[in-house]
Amino acid sequence: MKILHCPLNGPRNIAEFTYGGEYHPQPSPDECDDRSWAEHVFFHDNPAGRVIEWWCHTASSYWFLAERDTGSDRVLRTFAVPKNAEFGVDE
Amino acid sequence: MKAVHRLPAPQGLFVNHEQSIEFKFEGCTVKGLAGDTIASALAANDQWLLSRSFKYHRPRGILTMAGQDANTLVQLPGDPNCLADRTPIEEGLEVSAQNYSGSLRNDRNSLIGLFARFLPVGFYYHAFFRPRGIWNWWSRYFRSKAGLGVIDQSISSQDYDKQYLFSDVVVIGGGPIGLQAALDASNSHENILLIDDQPMLGGSLNYSRAGKVAADDLLRRDQLVNEVGSRANITVMSNATANGWYADNWLSVISESRLFKLRANKVVLCSGLLEQHALFHNNDLPGIMMGTAAQRLIKLYGVRPGHRAVVLAGNDDAFGVALDLHDAGVEVAAIVDYREQESRDPRAVAAKDLGILIMNGHAVYSAIAADRHIAAVEVRKISGPGECFSGGTPIDCDLLCMSVGFMPAYQLACQAGASLQYDDDAASFSISGLPDGFELGTDTRTANFPWPIFAHPKGKEFVDFDEDLQIADIVNATRAGYENVQLVKRYSTCGMGPSQGRHSALPTARLVAKATGNTVAETGVTTARPPFAAETLGHCAGRSFYPAFKSNIHHRHVEAGAKMLQAGSWYRPAYYGDDAATSINQEVLQVRKSVGLIDVSTLGGIDLRGPDAAEFLNRIYTFAYAKQQPGTVRYALMTNEAGAVIDDGVVCRMEEQHFYVTATTSGIEAVYRAMLRWNAIWQLDVTLCNMTNAYAGVNVAGPGSRELLASLCEDIDLDKAAFPYLGVRRGRVAGIPALILRVGFVGELGYEIHVPQYCGEALWDALMEAGKHSGVRPVGIEAQRLLRLEKGHIIVGQDTDAMSNPMELQMQWAIARKKDFFVGARTLAVLERQPLQRVLVGFCMNNGAEPAKESHLVIDGDQIIGRVTSCAWSPSLEKVIGLAYVTPSLATPGSCITISTGGNRKVEAQVVSLPFYDADGLRQAL
Repeated sequence: MKILHCPLNGPRNIAEFTYGGEYHPQPSPDECDDRSWAEHVFFHDNPAGRVIEWWCHTASSYWFLAERDTGSDRVLRTFAVPKNAEFGVDE
Repeated sequence: MKAVHRLPAPQGLFVNHEQSIEFKFEGCTVKGLAGDTIASALAANDQWLLSRSFKYHRPRGILTMAGQDANTLVQLPGDPNCLADRTPIEEGLEVSAQNYSGSLRNDRNSLIGLFARFLPVGFYYHAFFRPRGIWNWWSRYFRSKAGLGVIDQSISSQDYDKQYLFSDVVVIGGGPIGLQAALDASNSHENILLIDDQPMLGGSLNYSRAGKVAADDLLRRDQLVNEVGSRANITVMSNATANGWYADNWLSVISESRLFKLRANKVVLCSGLLEQHALFHNNDLPGIMMGTAAQRLIKLYGVRPGHRAVVLAGNDDAFGVALDLHDAGVEVAAIVDYREQESRDPRAVAAKDLGILIMNGHAVYSAIAADRHIAAVEVRKISGPGECFSGGTPIDCDLLCMSVGFMPAYQLACQAGASLQYDDDAASFSISGLPDGFELGTDTRTANFPWPIFAHPKGKEFVDFDEDLQIADIVNATRAGYENVQLVKRYSTCGMGPSQGRHSALPTARLVAKATGNTVAETGVTTARPPFAAETLGHCAGRSFYPAFKSNIHHRHVEAGAKMLQAGSWYRPAYYGDDAATSINQEVLQVRKSVGLIDVSTLGGIDLRGPDAAEFLNRIYTFAYAKQQPGTVRYALMTNEAGAVIDDGVVCRMEEQHFYVTATTSGIEAVYRAMLRWNAIWQLDVTLCNMTNAYAGVNVAGPGSRELLASLCEDIDLDKAAFPYLGVRRGRVAGIPALILRVGFVGELGYEIHVPQYCGEALWDALMEAGKHSGVRPVGIEAQRLLRLEKGHIIVGQDTDAMSNPMELQMQWAIARKKDFFVGARTLAVLERQPLQRVLVGFCMNNGAEPAKESHLVIDGDQIIGRVTSCAWSPSLEKVIGLAYVTPSLATPGSCITISTGGNRKVEAQVVSLPFYDADGLRQAL
């Protein structure tokens, strides 16, 4: 079983976590058109490569972000959701 | 049973020569020793024939004596396909052979072997696909011929369990390299776990012969084992198999009836080598075995493996085998050495000094059978790789030991992502690409004879004993176009049997390489996946941890005769009494006419505090909460970004910056998680806490509820004006601090009382006692659902699905139009511009009509236009009522819909307006 490093609780079995899907910021509901809203809600990029994903440590209900390479299934880093900060995939 | 082949001590490390055990094989009594396996005890009694092969029903016997082949699979009373060379004997154990018709000695199905040339590889694929449907006819015949053991379906339950283990370093394999690796690790690591699949540490030191003097191996073994025993930080697990490697060094280890889940920082794999067989005509006869199998019989079990032996040599270990056989009183007729060059190994010299005939540059070309056992071999001089000069020498023997090469037991390393390389010079595999924290202790560099494969015009040179595959089968698979070794495996089934390619992988790789003109390195082997050895379903299914919650009032329900059911992770009372329909109807009418108690401890509760609490709720739920007055309750409907309804409950505003919201029993975990995620994004100034398990709750429902509560509550004015419908108050009930919500949960005057969870039983008792004279009674979840259905309240998850939006549910009233934003708002705005696809409506059925059930389809001619989500007999209305999705054109009250109730049966129902009961909501506001 994989070990995931929770920024709050440290390394834990992945069975203790809930996957929350790929992170992508919500477009402004007032400004975006129907098409881009639908893309946001229903479409996911699912790339083979680096993605940022939501993970929740179920026992402590703590949400954080993880950067994972979906090709190798390696988790490259995990981090707390930054305060109003921009973040993206490390190149 | 003829001569007894037992050797005196010190031979037989695993057995106790003083303690005999009797068991039965095929109905005959067999005498063995304590510590014997089934196979060793039978061998000691000259019973070499153990099984019939899978396809041709050929006689088979001991091959590895290590549990690495399918030849020794036998049937135990409750357990098919047991490895006879691993399963210890027990007094009175009844063992039978498998896969024969008639008797093991005279298997009628062995005639199939005569038709072998009509059963080429891929036979089933070619033969039974035309005409269409013919397979169904043939399969009955094949089913009776196929399969090995028999499952005892009357078997009683057995106990299996699981255990978690943690280790700094885990060393897999208790042989010389594993013992040394454990000692090395113990100098620098905190704790070491040494896992060995044998009953006694030592591995090959227990049975093999590395040098001229036999005792040297045991001396070295004792040194290592004693040293390991003296280290306090080494724990030894014997009789345990490390069966699978999973991500980040998570290992499954099986020992007897227990599955261990082991997490290790570091794995050192020292699982040793698997001896490989040679390919020649009739290489599968009983009496032909690996050199190490003969050594295991002699040294571990004290069994003489034969009277007159031939040793087939491809490496120098063969001479050690010959010396051991000689010491055990077996006449060694010849050592047939593939190699042209005479060996200068001390063991070879010793063998020569003993006068044993050594035939260099020769091969065993074929084995000759008599009475289902090897009787002689034909030895020929080698003329080239895999080829011999014509004209051979027959040598009489009842034992042939093969020492022609090894394959590292690489399975766990390959599971961990390592890849194999083949060294064409050493004719053996090595491993690279191990993940972090995984090391290899096994010396994978062994001297193998490169081509121990001698095809025969009559075939029967078996590559894979499990599946009865011969050289021609593999070569023909490549000719049929399956040139990749992975495809050869799937087409020919090579390596798919119980031994999982432990012996067939290497010869298959060699044969495919030759047939396709590639090197063995280019050809490779098929992927190794867990498990390494067979796992029983019991090991997988064995005791697991299923958390279940019981409310503080649980015992009172049981005492009152409740039928308990699991709703989500909670136990809840379904109804009280023996007859479901009677009890549920009585409970419903109790609430409608008098007063009932419902345990609602399982409902979710979340506490929200902070300056942004109202804003947070505004964004989460469809309703508006900014202007909600403290002391009031509002309905709450939650949608996701796709506009689908995902939960409902109520929001209580306790103070300006303090809310308490409820959620459904099954939805609370997801609701709480969703709220936390949204706030991780929004970062509003609000603190959330899941209070579900902190409160017990009782819903006091019915026209008599005010009177009942008043008798227990002094500090809250329960008068209608002081505490109206949709109010919330704090106070004491029967002296217990309580939060009281006036909600129309079941559509009657009612109070939901939340108290600290440990006070639940006391509250329940007080209410039951106070309501004694008015005939209060407990009401279960079935009646609760029916009461709510009568009011047209939806159950999220039953009356909704992943796409249900508020418009479909006719709940537009729950959407606040003046808000800027809530989670589902943007999608709902799009959906509202589009025509509705379906509407959830209430329907009634005529009395006497067959009631519909959940998921029955609503039809219009041959079109499916919807489905029933809830349907039940309503005791209050005395008719069948239900909810169903229908096309919007039929949603108007008065419309008639047709419901298919299974088969060709159809019933009519009338669409009515909701709610069914008390349409004006007067009763809950009393």
